[in-house]
Amino acid sequence: MRNSWREGRFSIEILVDILIIILIGTGVLFSAVTALGLIRLPDVYTRTHAASKSSTLGVLSILLGTFVHFWFKEDIFNTQMVIAIAFLFITQPVAGHLIGRAAYMTGIKVAEETVRDDMGTAIEKRKNNQQEELENE
Amino acid sequence: MMMFYWVSLFIVSISFAGLLFRLVKGPTVADRVVALDAIGVTLVSIVALLSMIIETEFFLEVILLMSILSFIGTAAFAKFLERGEIFDRDSR
Repeated sequence: MRNSWREGRFSIEILVDILIIILIGTGVLFSAVTALGLIRLPDVYTRTHAASKSSTLGVLSILLGTFVHFWFKEDIFNTQMVIAIAFLFITQPVAGHLIGRAAYMTGIKVAEETVRDDMGTAIEKRKNNQQEELENE
Repeated sequence: MMMFYWVSLFIVSISFAGLLFRLVKGPTVADRVVALDAIGVTLVSIVALLSMIIETEFFLEVILLMSILSFIGTAAFAKFLERGEIFDRDSR
C-alpha cells in the first residue's frame, strides 16, 4: 500500500497524523458549534447565520482531513473529494442566503433583541423606485 | 488514531441529534429548512468519518452526490417558500 520512500521514516507519519488530528478536530468543533447555535439562537436569521458559516467550515475541515488521510495513508488521490470540497465551499453560504431571503419575504418576524433591519428599508426603497418609474412612464 | 475517529464520529452524531431536535421543534417552516440544510452537511461529514473508520474508499462518491442533492433541495425549498411554486413556466 505505501510507497517505499515513506517506509523508512516514521516522522512523516507522525506529521500526517498531527495534520489529520488538527483538521478533523477543528471540523468536529465547528459541527458541535453549529448544533449549539441552531438550538440556542432566537430566530430564523441568526440560525441561518449559524448554519451557513460554521457548518461550512466544519464540513470543509473534516473533508480535508479525510482527503489527507486517504492520500498519505492509503495512497488514494480522490479527485471527487476535491470537487466536493470546492462545491460545498461555494454553495453552502448561497443556500443560507436563499433561505434567509425566502424567510424574510414570507414575513417571518425578527427576534425582539434585533437592533436594526436593513432589508426592510431596502425593500421600501425598491418599491418607491418602481413606483416612480411607473409614474414617469 | 482509530479511537480519535470514533470519538469524532460520536460528537458529530450528537450534534446531528441536536439538529434533529430543531427539525422537529422549529416554530416556522424556514427553521425546519435551515435544520434540513445543516443535517445534509452533517451527514456528509458522518459519511467521511465512517469511510475512514471502516477503511474503504467507495463511500467517497456518496459525499459529492449528497452535497449536490442537499444544495438542490435547499434551493427548491427556498423558492417554494418565496413564490409558492418550484417550476414557473412564464419566465420574466
